[in-house]
Amino acid sequence: MKVGKDLMAASAAPLVLAILAEGESYGYAIVRRVRELSDGELEWTDGLLYPLLHRLEDAGHVSSRWGVSDTGRRRRYYEITDRGRSELAEHRRQWAAVAAALQAAWHGLGDAVDGTMRPGLAL
Amino acid sequence: MSAPDAGVEAEIARWRAYVLGRGSVSTADADELEDHLRGHLEHLVASGLSEDEAFLVAVKRMGSQSDVAREFARQHQRRLWRELVLDGGAARARGGLAAVLGFGSAAGLAARLGWALGGGEHPQDGFLLGIPLVLGVVAAFLWWRRGSSPRVLAAIGGIAAALASLGLAYPFDGATDTAVLMALHMLMAMWLTVGFAYAGGHWRSHAARMDFIRFTGEWAIYMFLIAAAGGALIGVSLAVFEGLGIDIADALLTWVLPLGMGGATVVAAWLVEAKQEVLEAIAPVLTRVFTPIATLAVVAMLVAAVASGGFEESRESLIAVDVLLVVVLGLVLYSLSALPPDAPAGWTDRMQLALVIAALLLDLAALAAMATRIVDLGLTPNRLATLGMNLVLVANLAVTAVLYASRTVRNGPLAPLQRWQTRYVPVFGVWAVTVAVALPPLFAFA
Repeated sequence: MKVGKDLMAASAAPLVLAILAEGESYGYAIVRRVRELSDGELEWTDGLLYPLLHRLEDAGHVSSRWGVSDTGRRRRYYEITDRGRSELAEHRRQWAAVAAALQAAWHGLGDAVDGTMRPGLAL
Repeated sequence: MSAPDAGVEAEIARWRAYVLGRGSVSTADADELEDHLRGHLEHLVASGLSEDEAFLVAVKRMGSQSDVAREFARQHQRRLWRELVLDGGAARARGGLAAVLGFGSAAGLAARLGWALGGGEHPQDGFLLGIPLVLGVVAAFLWWRRGSSPRVLAAIGGIAAALASLGLAYPFDGATDTAVLMALHMLMAMWLTVGFAYAGGHWRSHAARMDFIRFTGEWAIYMFLIAAAGGALIGVSLAVFEGLGIDIADALLTWVLPLGMGGATVVAAWLVEAKQEVLEAIAPVLTRVFTPIATLAVVAMLVAAVASGGFEESRESLIAVDVLLVVVLGLVLYSLSALPPDAPAGWTDRMQLALVIAALLLDLAALAAMATRIVDLGLTPNRLATLGMNLVLVANLAVTAVLYASRTVRNGPLAPLQRWQTRYVPVFGVWAVTVAVALPPLFAFA
């Protein structure tokens, strides 16, 4: 299965915010965490994460600082801000609404599908 | 974990140079991407891949360079309106045609009110009331579009009301020099209030100020277009109705003109945001066309000043030079706002530098003429205001020239210049308010 481009784009910001809500992190670790959380179903183009992070920073949802990695490289660390947390809460409300609606819609559909798959019972 | 071998190291360097070559990716961005690439490399090597293989996989995962570069470009050139209009999020721009018509009518009526007052015993009341009211409505329109907090509206209303009541309270004897000066500086202060509303109250933000500078230029272009078209229409109407034997000049002047002018301020503000793409494409072209022409003109003036032995001690020369400096600053601001912060230095920068230096030299000549005049005849409100404005502009342009020079020499980024200009914006506000409030009583409302 491959998650569609639009869905991936829509879920990117809430995912990043949620991961940063777990604690300060940096780009590569965020990408790995996404892969871990989605069991490899969400395959991001790694390079596109950074423009997203910078957009979130411009919007005041995350803040960043330059630090040094264990191996001595310059590394940029990101941290969620208070505004980012309230944005994340808003994302959660919206996604919950979407997920609930889909769930309800598919519940009805599921019965219909089941019905056609078991003609014996229908007769 | 050991560092990658020399071959892979060279590959990384090449990859980095290629990423940077895209223009939209800054060195800091490249550092960040490189850290990512190396992190991934280490991880892949640790899980058993050879370094060459790991490099290929890591680069592939990074994504197509043009895609990445395009996303970075999008992020850098991101404008406030895009965030507000397209990216969704908390704040969404409101306002369809109904809002434009509503606020436009309000601005038109405000202008008409000023017009009516100006026709009475106190002609100065017309603009002293009309300016804060009309621009107050423009600011309120932007406030409404942004859906900003009531505090922003309260601030807009407070500033407009304070300026308007002060204008009415000052005992001017007709449209005196100080009354005209107060109106001009009120215009400047009110325009910055519009900026406050434009930024949705976040007036400290560098990005919001840059967007407002852009907005100002585009608003002026739309106002000019509307005025040109409206003026032509009024002219044709006058001619046709005159042919029909009906005199409509009075109706046009007392109703159509003020209502139209007032309404146009709101419509132009709306057009800037709604039809953004149109001007976004034109603005950089306009700057590139006008910068060389303006540079030529200023250099010609400079040559003339040297040839003629400097300015005559005329009243208007410093005002003319002030206006010229405003035009030069406008061109500088416009070209700065049209470029991404990491655009490489080019011939336009050298041209801007020449333009600013020529304008400063010309100003020096005018100031020299002015100094003797002030010593001989003393200070008048006009001289004080033009001199003060001149200093405000010169301080800005002098630092601009230094920053442009260091940019062209070192091929540095545009960001310091843009920061300087956005930081300077409040200076204009402080000066405008000071003159509007303090100058009239200082000179006994003469």
